[in-house]
Amino acid sequence: MIKNYKKKFILSKGLDDYFTGIHNAFTFTARFFSEAFKRPFHLREIINQCFEVGLKSLALISLTGFIVGTVFTKQSRPSLEDFGATSWLPSLIGIAIIKALGPLVTALICAGKVGSGIGAELGSMKVTEQIDAMEVSSINPFKYLVVTRVIATTFTIPVLALYCSFVALYGSYLNVHAEETSSMISFYQSAFKTITFLDIATSVIKTLVYGFTIGIVGCYKGFYASQGTRGVGKAANQAVVLAMFLIFIEEVIIVQVSNWIRYF
Amino acid sequence: MEKIKQQIIDKEEQVISITGLYKSFGDLNVLKGIDFNLSKGENIAVLGKSGSGKSVLIKIIVGLLKPDKGDVVVLGKQVEKLNTKELNELRLHIGFSFQSSALYDSMNVYQNLAFPLTMNLKTLSRKEVDDAIYEVADNVGLKDKLKQMPSDLSGGQRKRIGIARTLILKPEIMLYDEPTSGLDPVTSTEIIDLIKEVQQQYNTSSVIITHDLTCAKNSANRIAMLVDGKFLKIGNFEEVFDTDNEQVKGFFNYNFIQ
Repeated sequence: MIKNYKKKFILSKGLDDYFTGIHNAFTFTARFFSEAFKRPFHLREIINQCFEVGLKSLALISLTGFIVGTVFTKQSRPSLEDFGATSWLPSLIGIAIIKALGPLVTALICAGKVGSGIGAELGSMKVTEQIDAMEVSSINPFKYLVVTRVIATTFTIPVLALYCSFVALYGSYLNVHAEETSSMISFYQSAFKTITFLDIATSVIKTLVYGFTIGIVGCYKGFYASQGTRGVGKAANQAVVLAMFLIFIEEVIIVQVSNWIRYF
Repeated sequence: MEKIKQQIIDKEEQVISITGLYKSFGDLNVLKGIDFNLSKGENIAVLGKSGSGKSVLIKIIVGLLKPDKGDVVVLGKQVEKLNTKELNELRLHIGFSFQSSALYDSMNVYQNLAFPLTMNLKTLSRKEVDDAIYEVADNVGLKDKLKQMPSDLSGGQRKRIGIARTLILKPEIMLYDEPTSGLDPVTSTEIIDLIKEVQQQYNTSSVIITHDLTCAKNSANRIAMLVDGKFLKIGNFEEVFDTDNEQVKGFFNYNFIQ
């Protein structure tokens, strides 16, 4: 029977797969929105996933945030010193971290840690028929596995990003303090002096979008995993690569839109 | 007149009725006109080579796959015409035991058994859930394994827990996908005995997908031989294997050697 198997493609296999993939991704995302507002809400599972995403990423986010703040301060100081403008260092660091680095670094770390974890977990459940087992038990696997995880990433990653920004600023403060004695309060005041409400709002909106992207991409890749254990690895890998790619595109779009809003 | 009456009674007692079922994947025709009925309280074993479409058949029965053509009537409902809600209601009456057991890795045995129950019957008290779990775990002989993770269980124990998880909703129909595959002869015999016990204790009707002749002969009332996408013969063991068909004879010899 297998000898007779020959699939017909409309264009070519690559193009067919590409467009089918885009269609499936949009259908998957649309299904999320249609199911997210229907009962049951599986609140316990959402809280459990928030714990998985948030608390378990905290150590990594803390370390990375601290290093980003320290390194960025060390790199910026010599340039500012040339112009005698080291007093601007807290403001520069504040703008860079709160507006760009904090959300982006958190999103990229979570894409690697959380996105790949979700892709691998759901991929593994798919190839071992655990998702089918849920379905035949009259449990909606999309609702229980996908909706809960996407909600968890969407609302946990903004919190992690804010936390990352504060830790990065603290790392920066320690660096500034080592060079020239200053109080933490005056450092944070200087850092936030040039930050507006729109900047904070943009950062929060950005991280909501990143969180959603990481969750939906991880779930999509895991949910459609195939080819056994190889497929699980592929799903985890693709979840990271695609999520990171989309995060960079979203970063550009959101910054552009926020700039337009600022000018109006 | 008596014959017609008997036919009507028989039809009423049929829990699964399949007529003219076709299913293909791309150009690969897997099922090419399947017809069969399953009566209440009956066990039927579907025998066939790997890749012959046995698992596809039960996945269509439970609504995991859609047929290309044909009627699949389960407990009086045409499966392919049901909406999601109706299908989920029907699935509460069908137990599906997977070849790989499909136990949830992240949950222990107790949570695996509790999951379908608590998700579907939310009004149950904690005590009622506990009682149901202890009862079903006792019935499959694994009451002492409730706190263990699936990875700590042997293949036979995983199969038993997989069956227990489906039994917890007290289904009318059981679908077993390769229940004895990958098990040693002693454990296979235990699983076969369990299938018979389930039939008697829970009064279930079962479709047993297998390529194990011992399992088919000992656990089923009838055997259906699936060859080239069609049932070559349906009947008791002797009827099915009393044939000159080379594929059936080859299957018999293969199993005999095994």
